[in-house]
Amino acid sequence: MTDTEVLVVGGGSTGCGVARDLAMRGVDVTLVEKGNLTNGTTGRMHGLLHSGGRYAVSDRASAEECIEENRVLRDIAGHCVEMTGGQFVQLEGDPDEYFEEKLEGCRECGIPAEVLTGEAAREEEPYLTKDVKRAIRVPDGAIDPFRLCVANAASAQQHGARIETHAEVTDVLVDDGGTAESGRRVRGLEVRHTSGPGKREHRQPGETEEITAEHVVNATGAWAGQIGEMAGVDVEVRPSKGAMVVMNCRQVDTVVNRCRPKGDADIVVPHETTAILGTTDVEVEDPEDYPEEQWEVDLMIDELSRLVPILDEARTVRSFWGVRPLYEPPEMGTTDPTDITRDFFLLDHADRDGLADFTSIVGGKFTTYRMMAEKISDHVCDKLGVSAECRTADVPLPGSEDFSVLRDYMDEFGLRSPIGRRSVQRLGSRADDVLDTDGPNPVLCDCEAVTRAEVQDAIDQSGTDLNAVRIRTRASMGNCQGGFCCHRMAAELHPEYDEPQAREALDELFQERWKGERHALWGEQLSQAALNYALHATTMNRDRDPADREDAISFEEFDSGASASKGDESKTSETKEARHGD
Amino acid sequence: MAIEDDVLVVGGGLAGMTAALAAAREGADVRLLSHKDSTLRSASGLVDVLGYDSAGTLLADPFDAIADLPESHPYRQASVGESGVREGLALFDEVVGESYRGGHTDRNALVSTHGGTVKPTARYPASAAAGVASDDREVLLVGFETVTDFDAPLAADHLRAAGVPFEVEGVTVPFPGDFRADAARTRLADALDANERLEVGGNRPAVSTTLPARKALAEAVTDHLGSAERVGFPALLGQHETEAIRADLETELGAAVFEVPMGSPSLPGMRLEGKFRKACREAGVRFTTGNPVVDFEEDEESGSGVIGAVRVDRNGAAIPFHADQFVLATGGLVGKGVDSDRNGVEEPIFDCHVPHPSDRYDWFADEAFGDHPFARFGVKADDDLRPLDRGEEVEFDNLRAAGAVLGGCDFAAEKSGSGVSLATGLAAGRSAAREVTK
Repeated sequence: MTDTEVLVVGGGSTGCGVARDLAMRGVDVTLVEKGNLTNGTTGRMHGLLHSGGRYAVSDRASAEECIEENRVLRDIAGHCVEMTGGQFVQLEGDPDEYFEEKLEGCRECGIPAEVLTGEAAREEEPYLTKDVKRAIRVPDGAIDPFRLCVANAASAQQHGARIETHAEVTDVLVDDGGTAESGRRVRGLEVRHTSGPGKREHRQPGETEEITAEHVVNATGAWAGQIGEMAGVDVEVRPSKGAMVVMNCRQVDTVVNRCRPKGDADIVVPHETTAILGTTDVEVEDPEDYPEEQWEVDLMIDELSRLVPILDEARTVRSFWGVRPLYEPPEMGTTDPTDITRDFFLLDHADRDGLADFTSIVGGKFTTYRMMAEKISDHVCDKLGVSAECRTADVPLPGSEDFSVLRDYMDEFGLRSPIGRRSVQRLGSRADDVLDTDGPNPVLCDCEAVTRAEVQDAIDQSGTDLNAVRIRTRASMGNCQGGFCCHRMAAELHPEYDEPQAREALDELFQERWKGERHALWGEQLSQAALNYALHATTMNRDRDPADREDAISFEEFDSGASASKGDESKTSETKEARHGD
Repeated sequence: MAIEDDVLVVGGGLAGMTAALAAAREGADVRLLSHKDSTLRSASGLVDVLGYDSAGTLLADPFDAIADLPESHPYRQASVGESGVREGLALFDEVVGESYRGGHTDRNALVSTHGGTVKPTARYPASAAAGVASDDREVLLVGFETVTDFDAPLAADHLRAAGVPFEVEGVTVPFPGDFRADAARTRLADALDANERLEVGGNRPAVSTTLPARKALAEAVTDHLGSAERVGFPALLGQHETEAIRADLETELGAAVFEVPMGSPSLPGMRLEGKFRKACREAGVRFTTGNPVVDFEEDEESGSGVIGAVRVDRNGAAIPFHADQFVLATGGLVGKGVDSDRNGVEEPIFDCHVPHPSDRYDWFADEAFGDHPFARFGVKADDDLRPLDRGEEVEFDNLRAAGAVLGGCDFAAEKSGSGVSLATGLAAGRSAAREVTK
């Protein structure tokens, strides 16, 4: 008897997608993730819902999968998707042949594509450069990877899955007795819970747990090699980093792609309140330890402002980097990471390495996560002898159910109209449950219009992990980067969690926000950073918090205010004497 | 007809108003130009002088430590020094009168912050006086459900963790009346100022009664009072009638009442701004507000090295304001007196030199509360507070700098922002006026 039937490692889009798929087929699933959900690559992408247009020249199989899944996600994840539309923009001097190839590719792959004159393109996107020659309009969109991933995990939980975040795999348990010729099989994992198990709780001791399973799925993307190593097999992932720059507002309302053969810095994605510039493609050794470089930020701005000139003057709020989990069979030997296929590979370690009951997934891309998860789940079910069919393409995710009636939430929940609208866009069909609270529901994050009810809902899901609250709500992700709201979010943890826990959770969120802001420290955002620093250090004295001191403060050495009335000269001299007598 | 003054101060914050006041009192004709709301409205209203030395040691006496500050610190300039800091505070005490406390001693006070810590400060609003942390009387902190910047039970627990020498509890209550969940603190302050009648007793809809706001507030708190001798509220006890509101609450509650200073929008900051404006007006300072100073003209006779006028952008037209002497008090990075782009840091009006590392990745520390070079960005000045160029030569004979536009100190880390503004504002304003009158 094992603890669970299938143990999935990795709380990104693939892992959560597999967990949901299997759970819906009635399989008992446990998912472990070392950070919070989306912690790896999923939370560090540009938020593009591909139409497939990007791959229509280089990789038609991927392009066809993209347009198919693009349509599925619009159905099952409506509250995560914004169908902005997209353009592939040809500037004067960009090759005509490539434009024609792109158009032909789109049409052959079944991607709706329409040619726009330069004038029409600029009518749709007024901030495009005057140098636009023409453009191809495609159904690109924006998707919130956080919301999508969390919704998959929530759905899996509703179907009985156990989701453990902040649970790092410390060992892959291998023993004899498998069906493979070698007789070796993976029987489970040893994981280390940061706190818990269960929800994250700062300052709670963690523990180690052995979880046994009939099958283990390694869905750790760029980290797959590390898990493979623990199991004694080689998984040759080639992590490749990409930089993304977050702007202060939506300089564009459609996805703008540069229509030319592969290159860095060729896409702008409108995402929620921001626009995200991407990206670079540089192979790295370690998916967690690689340089985040100034040239990447500068390249994004300099290159993309040729497409959208106001980007040069616009305010940048932060930058972040993600690592693609690229993979190709070792014999391919491609040198440039941009040439490595974006297709995914299912590695059955029983066939490949003589290690039974263990499967790794590598490669692939976010837009087709569901299709990948389906294929992996088919494979696992085949191994387990489960015959249930995949239903993930038909059943909407939590938040996207019956989401046709937009009522007047302003009246119903006492929210001002724009706030209510934003809340409902994020919560979808969950809005009723989340916003219907007893007490008043003030806005905690002004930049992103996030109310207390949404933050409390996220805390219910994720404990003291305020970064997990952030990705669920977008609180602290706007222009002020948390300067005005981090402490309000932390206060929501109390009294369910105690003061030192709230303080530590606040410090962690504040530092995480700072990490990305460092790459945007000039102009307006440097002023903002200086203001945030002043609010937290000057006004709240959080940089020299007396509660963090090891030694006690001698309060009696300070002004007690007791006789602080004006003109009390005797007190003045007395105090001075006391000081000199110290 | 050209606009001509003896001394022109650019910037309407604490440093600018102090400089203008000091210059006017020396007998000069003074004009103050300001563009937007000053950062006083975002600041707590506490007047920090020096709370920590460079090593981060908490200072009970700010004056003792001035001589040990680095030479680049604004307090170390010859025209400032310990005596300059004391004179700045004396001017402050005179302007604010009974509305501030702390002048009876050289010692810093430790005042509770809205984040639940305490911080060292030299002067504090009278409305905050009963809240100092070196007083051992029991405290009840009161927060409101919709005032999200102050969580009283959490702040109480935090203060206990900080080892304060008094018992402290916190409670969250609804603010009386039927205000929107996102009503601004200033709206609640207005209700207390006017003592508006507010609806109370919400649970019995049939029986609706109204009470004056101050009485209603006291009633919301009184059941939670216990044995507390002091009651702290977030700083929203009126904008104009703070002392009367406090007195009414004290009478109703039978306990001392104090405010916990808050960030933006800061009512204590607004009250302080009001006091300084009034003092400036009484001293004859003219205010011209609402439009930005964009650049300057050299003096036609003296040529380079002497400023003849600054230009104010008014709907696209550049209006010159002429003067003999100029004071730059435009603030630091926060107030936009110091600006930057990807390639460098500048002072945008006079293009005074702002020392900074050439690589922007050397402008910050990796820790959020690390030793940030950007926190020290600002102009470097001579002993008379005149900005210096790259070659350490005076940029302009008739330009002095005051407040956060001066570099060389991290006011947030050492808690010295207002002290620097007062001391350098006084020194710069006085020096400018003496040039005119001599």
